[in-house]
Formats: sequence, structure tokens, C-alpha cells
Amino acid sequence: MEALIRLERVEKVFQVRRKAGRLRSVRSEVRAVDGISFDIARGEMVGYIGPNGAGKSTTIKMLTGILVPSGGRLRVAGIDPARERTRLARRIGVVFGQRTTLWWDLPLRDSYELVRRMYRIPDDRYARNLARCVELLDLGALLDAPVRQLSLGQRMRGDIAAALLHDPEVLYLDEPTIGLDVVSKAKVRGFLRDLNTERGTTVLLTTHDLTDIEQLCTRVMVIDHGRLVHDGDLGGLHAVGDSERTLVVDFERELPPVRIAGARPVKVEGPRQWLAFPASASAAPLVAELTARYPLVDLSVREPVIEDVIARMYADRAAL
Amino acid sequence: MAEALRAYALIAGAWIRSTMAYRFSFVMMTVGNFLATALNFAAIAIIFGHTRLLGGFSLPETAFLYGTSGCALGLADLVLGSMDQLGRRVRDGTLDTLLVRPAPVFAQAAADRFALRRLGRITQSALVLIWALAALKVVWTPADVLLVPVMLLSGAAIFGAIFVIGAAFQFWATDAAEVQNSFTYGGNGLTQYPPTIFAKDLLRGATFVVPLAFINWLPALHILGRPDPLGLPGWLDFCSPLVAVVACGVAGLAWRAGLKSYRSTGS
Ligand SMILES: Nc1ncnc2c1ncn2[C@@H]1O[C@H](COP(=O)(O)OP(=O)(O)OP(=O)(O)O)[C@@H](O)[C@H]1O
Ligand SMILES: [Mg+2]
Repeated sequence: MEALIRLERVEKVFQVRRKAGRLRSVRSEVRAVDGISFDIARGEMVGYIGPNGAGKSTTIKMLTGILVPSGGRLRVAGIDPARERTRLARRIGVVFGQRTTLWWDLPLRDSYELVRRMYRIPDDRYARNLARCVELLDLGALLDAPVRQLSLGQRMRGDIAAALLHDPEVLYLDEPTIGLDVVSKAKVRGFLRDLNTERGTTVLLTTHDLTDIEQLCTRVMVIDHGRLVHDGDLGGLHAVGDSERTLVVDFERELPPVRIAGARPVKVEGPRQWLAFPASASAAPLVAELTARYPLVDLSVREPVIEDVIARMYADRAAL
Repeated sequence: MAEALRAYALIAGAWIRSTMAYRFSFVMMTVGNFLATALNFAAIAIIFGHTRLLGGFSLPETAFLYGTSGCALGLADLVLGSMDQLGRRVRDGTLDTLLVRPAPVFAQAAADRFALRRLGRITQSALVLIWALAALKVVWTPADVLLVPVMLLSGAAIFGAIFVIGAAFQFWATDAAEVQNSFTYGGNGLTQYPPTIFAKDLLRGATFVVPLAFINWLPALHILGRPDPLGLPGWLDFCSPLVAVVACGVAGLAWRAGLKSYRSTGS
């Protein structure tokens, strides 16, 4: 099947000027996206992660037509985004976690009404989609408030709804869970999962919250310094990154760093100790051994955080 | 083009509805706009309290200049006044949000925060113009009568072009709005007075560099039957529509170039 989104050696180079001294400035280049290629098939839900400044937002901006690539070839639903931006706009939905696409001073309801007319959404479809979003994203009480009065989490939910009223084939989300509380995050994730499984909407999302990826995406792409360094499932990422989980153990009293096979002591703080073990290994045998040999009060397992995974990937890549 | 007009009407309509939700505040703002611009005319009236002629122009003649310039600017300001917000959008990257919608960016930027209170300026200028038309002692030929609406529309288009060129520059220099304001509101301040009171060099600049003279001076001088202080050929008095078309063309090109150079922001 032809890919819905296809990037071939796509590049984006920014010319930037930096101050050098009082009046002089020097020009330099930032290769924000440095030759990226990938395909996304219809119906996929893909996580796009990487450290700050990796080039995630820049990629999304090229996929929407906001930015023109400096090189390479890029197609979304067969359309060259930069060339036919407005035609593409009818077929995609975009949510920027950092800023709203709604009209700041208009009530949410008026913003949606404007979206309806701008996208020429048939009345019945609009009514259906809006009702669904209002219910699932819990927007009922917010419809009459101007967007500027909404809290960050409320605004984000409002934005997600606005991006979906016209039934886009592709939804891009740039940090959709940034700053959301636990309840809102769960709501948004549940909503996106349904959208993907029930409607088959293709979703590309960037995030710094690995839980988003774990709960939503079967495929994850990692970008750093504008280059794609991983494209596969999340398990594969842990394997590639050689990442570790951490066992946090509270003993009854202070002990010297414990030594057991398959784990290495990382930190000791009074009676609490941190033990790292490979993410691919099971925690069960370690827990069994610890409980058999030491007096325990409490114990928990910490999943690796995305930054650690990526940091490790880079340490490994640099060592190659 | 039809798409752009449609998008403009949709967005402006939404803003009008939302302003109407706060009717009292809307009325106050419009009255405020009316009074603020009326102060300009008060200044002129005060001058005529001390002298019968200003640069050889009577009060009704000056009021005619004032009314035509004010109506032209008022129309342009009503339709395109929001354009001077563009620099802010470029600086903070919120222009991105206009680029992901299926409507021309130009129409979206122009209709954003459409402010009906700007009718205050138009109303005030129109009242002055109506009074001037009644008080003027000129013999109206059919051509003169036709020239009045033509000069209003051309003038609005020229002011509009300046708004757009100013907006286009904000893609490169995000604080260019100041410069643009000095040409639009400043240009209005200039053309509401008789040209005869200004230095020749200024008039030349306002004719050939920034074509402010075509907004009202040249056609109005024809209607008032007065010689042009620069002694330019008489047919130039009828060239306002042509100048307006050229100005709009330049504005269109500048806008395109500006939009093309937009490169968003890093966050
Ligand atoms: N408009 C711009 N002008 C100049 N440089 C830019 C611009 N946009 C992005 N950059 C640079 O390109 C690089 C990639 O930025 P981008 O916003 O794509 O990162 P990101 O992966 O989204 O990071 P984050 O996780 O912090 O959002 C950064 O070095 C940034 O400074
Ligand atoms: Mg980003």
C-alpha cells in the first residue's frame, strides 16, 4: 500500500544570525532536520520523540506546509504540503501543545462554528463530531468561555476537538499532553486511542512523556540532532538504548550497598537504596532474592524515563 | 479571491457577533473612536476661528479635504486595520496557526479582531464631508460628481495598500508597524490639510514616493477648481484609480514575498 506520509531525505536548514560583539553579527546554519526518511501508513499511530531541539516540531511544521523543506521530498496524502498548503489543510488536523489554533478572544463555541464554516463541514457531520468531542473530552461546561479564559488543560482539549471536527485523515500532535494533569492526560490518551482504532485516523505525536508513547503507539521514531536514530517498536527502543529500570528498596535499617546478581547499586540514601537492572530483564527474581536475604519495608520499580533511554542511546552511538 | 472574501466575511462576522455580545462596551468604544477622531477636526475648526483662509482654502474646502481623507482612511482601517498585528504574530510564531487552516493567510490576518468600532472614524469623517459638500460653493459638473466616490474608493485602496506593504515588511522587521502607521495615520494627518501650506519637497514626496496626493489632493483640487501647487499636468487629477491599482499590485507582491520568507519560530 502507498504510504500516507512519505519523507525522503528531508532537510531543513535555518540561517541564523548571532550577535558577535556590539554591532557585528555572524551568520551560521542550524540543520534542524538533517536528511530524514520514513513512511507512515494509513491508520498508524506513531510516536515521534527526541531531546529538546532535536527537530520534532520542525518536522511537523514541514508536514503541515508551515515550513518549506530545504531539501528532499515530502508527501502527505500525495500532496506536497508547502506547495498546496490550503488543499492539504482540509485533510489534516494539527494540535500545537504550545499554542492554540483557536481564536483567542472568541468563545469556544464560536471558534468551532467558524471552523465548521471554514472547512465547509456538513451540518449533520458537524453536529455528530462536536457532540462526540464534547462528551469524550468533557467540554460541555467550557463552550461559552472565551479561549483566553481556559486553563492550559481545558484549552488543549478544546484544541484537539477543533482539529477533528472536519474528520481529518491525519492528526499531528506536537506535545499534546504538555502541562496536563493526570486526569486530563488519561482523558486525552483514551480519546486518541479511540480515534485511531475506531476511525482509523493516522496519528503522529511528539511528546516528552514516555507514558504517552507506551499507552498509545505501536511504533516510535527517535530523532536527535535532526537525524532519525530509531524507528521501530518501544521494546526495540529499550533494547537499542540498552536501558535500565530501577528498583527502589526501603530496608528496615541502613545497610552497606547490597550486591546481588543481575543488578548494580546506583545510590544509597539512609535505609533506601537504588538498584539498576536491564529493562529487558524481569524484576521478579531480583525481588525474590532481596526479600530472602534482607529485611524489607517497601519496594518499587521505576521505569526508565525517555531522556535516560535517549541519553543512553547517544552514549552508545558515540562509543561506536 | 472568492475564497479569500468568504474567509474574511466568516471571520469578521464571528468578531462582530462576539462584540455585539457586549453591546454597551461596543457603543462606548465606537463613540470613543468617533470623539478621538473628531478632535482632529476640532483642531481645524479652531484654526478657522482665527483666520478665514488656510493656505488660501476656506473652511468648507478644508473640510472637504478632511472628510475625503478621513473616509478613505476609515474604510481602509476598517477592512485592513488589523494588519498591524502581523509583526506580533511573526515574532511569537502564532502565524503558524493561520497557515494550517484552509483559507488564505491574508484574509485571516486582515479579518482577525475585526473591529466594528472603527466605524466611529468613518461616521465622523462622513458627517464632515456631507457638511462640506453642502457648504461648498462650486459648480458641480457630472464628472465632478463622479469623481467624489472614485476618489474615496481609490483613496481607501491606496491607504489599504500602505497597510499591506507595512504588514509585509513586518515579516522581516517585526516592529515595522510604527513606520507603516506614520504613513497611514500620518498620511491622513497630512492630506486633511490644504496642500498649499506644505513645502514643495514634501508635496513632491507625497506625490511621487508615497502617492498620498492621489488619495484626495489632486482630484479635490480639480473639483474645487484650484491650481496644483506643484503645477503638475491636469490629467493627473484623474489618475487616482490607476495609482490605486498599481499600489495594490505592489502591495500584493510585497505580501507574497513576505509570506514566503516566513520561517516560524523555534517553539
Ligand atoms: N524558526 C526557526 N529559526 C531558527 N532556528 C530554528 C527555528 N525553528 C527551530 N529552530 C532550531 O531548529 C532546531 C530544532 O528545533 P525544533 O523546534 O524542531 O525542536 P524540537 O525537537 O521540537 O524540540 P522541543 O522538544 O524542545 O520542542 C533547534 O536547534 C532550534 O533552535
Ligand atoms: Mg518542539
